Amino acid sequence: MLMKYLFAKNDEIPAGSATIFFGFSSIFWFVVGTGLGSFNAAKLAFPDWVTGTELFAFGHMRQVHVLAVILGWISMAFGMTMMYMTPALGNTKLWSEKLGLWTVFLWNIGLSLGLILLWMGITSGREYSDLIWPIDLVVIFGVLLPLGINVWMTISHRKTQGIYITNWFFGACIFMLMIVFLVGNSPELFNLTGLTEAYLTFWFAHNVLGLWITPVAAAIAYYTIPKLTGNPLYSHRIGHLHFWSIVAFYSTPASHHLMSAPLPEWLKSFASVEGVLILIPAVAFVANILLTMKGKWSLFVENVETKFSITGVLLAIPLNMQGGFQQTRAINWYVHGTGWIVAHAHLALLGMSSFLEAAAVYFGLQAMLRRKLYSLTLANLHYWFFIIGFCIYWISMTIAGLMQGAGKIYEVPYIDVVVAEHPYMIARWAGGTMVFTGNVIWLYNMWMTAREGTIVPSGRYAHELAYER
Amino acid sequence: MGFQQYKFGAAGIGLMFGFSMCITLFGPSNDFRSGVSTWVGLDKQLSLGRVIGFSYEDPLVTGEGKPTTVILDKDPKTGAAIDPPMRAYVYEPGIKFSPGVNHPDLLGPGVQELSQGKGKIGQANMGAGAVFTIGKDEFNGEEVDYIVNATAVNGWTPSEVLAAAGDENMRFVGKGKTIFITEGCWWCHTLLPEQTQDWQFFGAPPFLGDMNGEMPTAFGSDRKAPDLLHVASRNSSREWMTMHFFNPRLVQPNSIMPRYDYLWGKTDINGNSIDMDKWRADYNAYVNGQSIYPPEVPEPARNSEVRALIDWVLTSLR
Repeated sequence: MLMKYLFAKNDEIPAGSATIFFGFSSIFWFVVGTGLGSFNAAKLAFPDWVTGTELFAFGHMRQVHVLAVILGWISMAFGMTMMYMTPALGNTKLWSEKLGLWTVFLWNIGLSLGLILLWMGITSGREYSDLIWPIDLVVIFGVLLPLGINVWMTISHRKTQGIYITNWFFGACIFMLMIVFLVGNSPELFNLTGLTEAYLTFWFAHNVLGLWITPVAAAIAYYTIPKLTGNPLYSHRIGHLHFWSIVAFYSTPASHHLMSAPLPEWLKSFASVEGVLILIPAVAFVANILLTMKGKWSLFVENVETKFSITGVLLAIPLNMQGGFQQTRAINWYVHGTGWIVAHAHLALLGMSSFLEAAAVYFGLQAMLRRKLYSLTLANLHYWFFIIGFCIYWISMTIAGLMQGAGKIYEVPYIDVVVAEHPYMIARWAGGTMVFTGNVIWLYNMWMTAREGTIVPSGRYAHELAYER
Repeated sequence: MGFQQYKFGAAGIGLMFGFSMCITLFGPSNDFRSGVSTWVGLDKQLSLGRVIGFSYEDPLVTGEGKPTTVILDKDPKTGAAIDPPMRAYVYEPGIKFSPGVNHPDLLGPGVQELSQGKGKIGQANMGAGAVFTIGKDEFNGEEVDYIVNATAVNGWTPSEVLAAAGDENMRFVGKGKTIFITEGCWWCHTLLPEQTQDWQFFGAPPFLGDMNGEMPTAFGSDRKAPDLLHVASRNSSREWMTMHFFNPRLVQPNSIMPRYDYLWGKTDINGNSIDMDKWRADYNAYVNGQSIYPPEVPEPARNSEVRALIDWVLTSLR
């Protein structure tokens, strides 16, 4: 069906097609990404499980897990939300469904190719920007540019006065991500070396998180929560405080990832201070959303999209309290490089961000398919597998990280730390596997929704209808 | 209060984001440029070559097209003894030079002038190949290390130097770091000891100038295993490394490091094929207490990936 639409006239493509393809692609990559994560975690707990071939070696699969989740699941879920939220918030149609379909098509092709090459070991050897530069160019010009053009043109063709906060984030974050990709990969493109390369690697890594993964996820909540509850956003002005403080403060703290490298000290101090300022947008965001829930807290229990969404918002509280302070010199020396950071990264990506996107993908697919969710039971199963698995993962890795930190400063022989961590590595694998299982359930539930979900009458929203299973 | 539309939307984003970029990109660039290459930095870039990881000369990232590091204990021209032995970096014809040779401004003030002047790196010719060494001299009262184009200065040709050194003195450092990258060793081992508490255990963090011309630096960020920047100073045993890479549980029963036995390839150093199934059966018997000693680890072939990896670890990570 995708092939048919790729060469159809734009007007003949049903509205919402791009959303649907993006949505299912993102869930597919979520299953792949968490499956790889679970497999990798098993190897850290039981190193002699599946050996003898480089194809299933930890070192060949770890980066595939990371990038499948970031560029597959999270970013495609963002693409999906942009395809339906941007026009809805501008009271207009998507500028080009056809361009949207081409974007999702090229994205899947480019990402699959890049990940297969990475799996084979064809890498640039730079963390988070591991993809080789030809694939980077595909991402910039085959994925981000068409996505951006679609979003920017939809915003400029809006039929509303002003631009809602979600669209501010969408439009700006795509632009900033393109710059981040170009600058962050310039060491590969122009063979920049040494400390410049090291710095730009983490400049890229930080800014992808700070200017894409977390702010766009937050922007999604600015749409889903008012939509699901029927309450207007508590304050659009506080939303703008969030937006502008992200652009001003959170585009700068990259060097806090390299506190031990010989970077200029002024840069590290500056990054540290700017990093603490994440608390401004964080408090603005969380307060704004939770105040929007006023009088509608029953939906947190009754409505599965709200459940996912609010869980994500609540997870933003520990995320930003950790993130703001762990990068200061006073705390960084203890936790840097330990499992604490792994736990924190999963809190950002698998916790805060993924829960918000899952809510938006649930909501958007029902809205665009015009079908009610197939099964509430399966959705709740997904939720509980997801949240319990995530909590097991997060707590066990945080404990393991604190032990590693203690081992580091008290100069415990490293192997003793490895021995002490072993139970937590098993817990991490169990937690990751639960998340993976939940996602398989989700994919099935969404597939059945597309095939057998009750058709939503025109003029109604899916979440206004009662669940049937 | 009526609706107020921004008058500065896109311009405001451009201004703020541009300001951030100025501080975080333009700001530190001067500090980076002032880094004077140390001996470690020169050794790294000369032994690693132009780029590790995906590149035109090595698109499948197998470690092709890299220079060979040799340990010289006698002058390849005159046969005079060199004591202590020195390192020479052999670029056979067609192998691309390290970034500092083609762009001497990367070397930092002093090193650049000496390398271009006394070191004659401007005369190095890729088509003919070249041999580089590291010299030491004074520049404005400061002692600095610099690159010497030994082909122009001493008349050493790549083939002569390789022949004089012999296989036991060759170190496939560039290929070794390539294996470190493709096998993902750096997902668990950092190359960045921390400034505060690592000095006693893992040694000093790298200095400014220790990585000029290196690409990629692969510092790593997630330390599930010991830092490796100075590992060869703690343990320089090739036998230990060989056993540890083949199966880490042979030397460290509680290790969670993966086995890298697949880096041996099909044959050992004598050309005998490696029977991996038999080895595993014997090893399992040892683990289950049915035999007292584990099976012997095959000695890596000259062109095997693990030979290069161990060369890099023992030569570069000091």
